[in-house]
Amino acid sequence: MAKELIRLTDCRMAFDNEVVLNNINLYINDKEFLTLLGPSGCGKTTMLRIIGGFLKPVSGDVFFDGVRINDVPPHKRAVNTIFQKYALFTHLNVFDNIAFGLRLQRNNGNKLDKFEIHNRVMEMLEVVSLKGFEKRDVTLLSGGQQQRVAIARALVNKPKVLLLDEPLGALDMRLRKDMQNELKSIQQATGITFIYVTHDQEEALAMSDTVVVMEGGVIQQIGTPEDIYNEPKNAFVADFIGESNIVDGIMHSDGVVEIFGRKFKCLDKGFDPMEPVDVVIRPEDVDIVPPKSGKLKGTVTGITFRGVLYDIIVDFHGFKWLIQTTDLCPVGTKIGIKIDPDGIHIMKKGAFSGMYGDYSSYSAEYDEISDAEHEQDQEDEEENEFVSS
Amino acid sequence: MKNTAVSTVVKKPGILGRSYTAFILFFLYAPIFILITFSFNSTRSRSVWTGFTLDWYRSLFLDSSIMNAFYTTLIVAVISAIVATIAGTFAAVGFHSMRRRWRTPLMHINNIPMMNADIATGVSLSLLFISLGMVLRFRLGFGTLLLAHITFNIPYVVLSIMPKLRQLDNNLVDAACDLGCTWIKAFWKVIVPEIMPGIINGLIIAFTLSIDDFVISYFTAGGNVMTLPMQIFAMTRRRISPEINALSTILFLTVLALLIVINIRESKQEEKLHRGEDSRDR
Repeated sequence: MAKELIRLTDCRMAFDNEVVLNNINLYINDKEFLTLLGPSGCGKTTMLRIIGGFLKPVSGDVFFDGVRINDVPPHKRAVNTIFQKYALFTHLNVFDNIAFGLRLQRNNGNKLDKFEIHNRVMEMLEVVSLKGFEKRDVTLLSGGQQQRVAIARALVNKPKVLLLDEPLGALDMRLRKDMQNELKSIQQATGITFIYVTHDQEEALAMSDTVVVMEGGVIQQIGTPEDIYNEPKNAFVADFIGESNIVDGIMHSDGVVEIFGRKFKCLDKGFDPMEPVDVVIRPEDVDIVPPKSGKLKGTVTGITFRGVLYDIIVDFHGFKWLIQTTDLCPVGTKIGIKIDPDGIHIMKKGAFSGMYGDYSSYSAEYDEISDAEHEQDQEDEEENEFVSS
Repeated sequence: MKNTAVSTVVKKPGILGRSYTAFILFFLYAPIFILITFSFNSTRSRSVWTGFTLDWYRSLFLDSSIMNAFYTTLIVAVISAIVATIAGTFAAVGFHSMRRRWRTPLMHINNIPMMNADIATGVSLSLLFISLGMVLRFRLGFGTLLLAHITFNIPYVVLSIMPKLRQLDNNLVDAACDLGCTWIKAFWKVIVPEIMPGIINGLIIAFTLSIDDFVISYFTAGGNVMTLPMQIFAMTRRRISPEINALSTILFLTVLALLIVINIRESKQEEKLHRGEDSRDR
């Protein structure tokens, strides 16, 4: 059985009376790759900083290996962090950056031997494939190389837990994918517990043993990547992880749900008879058939080419669905659809019901996302502007 | 296409433009050029060149009142620059870690003395020292001169360090603590080395300003202590001597050299910053 390493109980955090974490209860096992996933402002980085010791929770406790560590400062925790923009020491070269932590270590009051420091740094440079870079100026390295230095600088201290705060955020797509694989294999090779913060759901699904989905300072769901994707607990999780059509349904009996007046077979059980529910249908689980043999009939109103497949928007009785298909269905085509029982997932109604999963304003939704990024940039610029005045 | 576009934007200056620039430079530097030339003139004449000599420089170094003023200036400049740099560094780090609501007004308060007229700073400091001296029983002299120089140097040091602090990654101190530093250790092992270029620039600027200052020194040094600029002023009132030319030349060249050092340092730091940004984009 996996051994529990970190536990947060009833953790609450607030800045200026604004609650950022509410009632967090979470345990993290030894050697686990756990991801805190959520949109910006959901409290995931705050949680990481509490585990790292940079913030103290307003109430609640943090345990490490069974010992309460609320008041232990960061430099006394067996935890190392990789920060968002790496936070490398620009006045030191690659070697000295990596050796920084080792030179501060004391073994019964004695400094580590120079020879040992040299060996461990060189070993680490090899792990992150930066052999021969030890004399380089860190400011002259590429983003990916700086990232590797940050990883080496943390790992060389042999921490029990490595905290990673959106470490791949500044890298381009290809480099990201490579680094994802590399991080995963480093984690498996070293057996260090990784706590990884990201807003990128693909990254979370690809790398993690356990995913913790957060929103509004509250944990929405904890589970394996498969659980989170296939069995989302509420509309927020269903929408945030991948694409989902979320429609109102009525549960007739175990295994039978009514959507738009038609009965569909499903695998979910344990709901009250005639209970209103949220029904999640993933865009890739919908089969397109000729209108006659379909359970529901609709009209294609939009199409986007995505490479492997097409995203098409289909209008069913005024409610628009996103369907992913390899078949070309031009705008205006009338189609029918079928859904296999395992393609339907039933959720209890909750606070997020009706807020997500409608593709009526599909293109607008994408605009909003890019707007949000734009605003972020603007904020950064304002900060810089202020700074230079 | 591209070439023509560039050439229309960055037009080469014509005859008119060039002569205008030459005209301006002439008016700016002609007086100094004349000063330097006549510091080597072999007679006391200030209009006729009569031959080359280093006599005036020699007599400078034999004149005990000038040499005293020189030592005073040097000691005041060194001590005030060092003290102002230490105080300014801590002040800058303090300002930087404040919330914006407090930092902005405090930075304005820091900047006002730099724009204030020297004469106002000098008179107000002298009034302060005289009234405090009544109570605490001290007179204007070397101590008050030094305090005045430290005072007017601090804002410049703060201003030269702030940009370096802003360039720091927000998580730098966290990273140092994470790797085993206490806060104090993180300050000495990471913050200070990272902003060292700014600290050294501040030190040189403070040193230069201190050598250069006349007005504030004049009001705060009292009757017995003289700095070099004060000495020159006093000499011009007694008799016009080519020694003044020599002394002014030395002062001019010293300040010029320091300014060149500051500028080279700053442009090198800038260049390094840009190179770093470029490579990060790759």
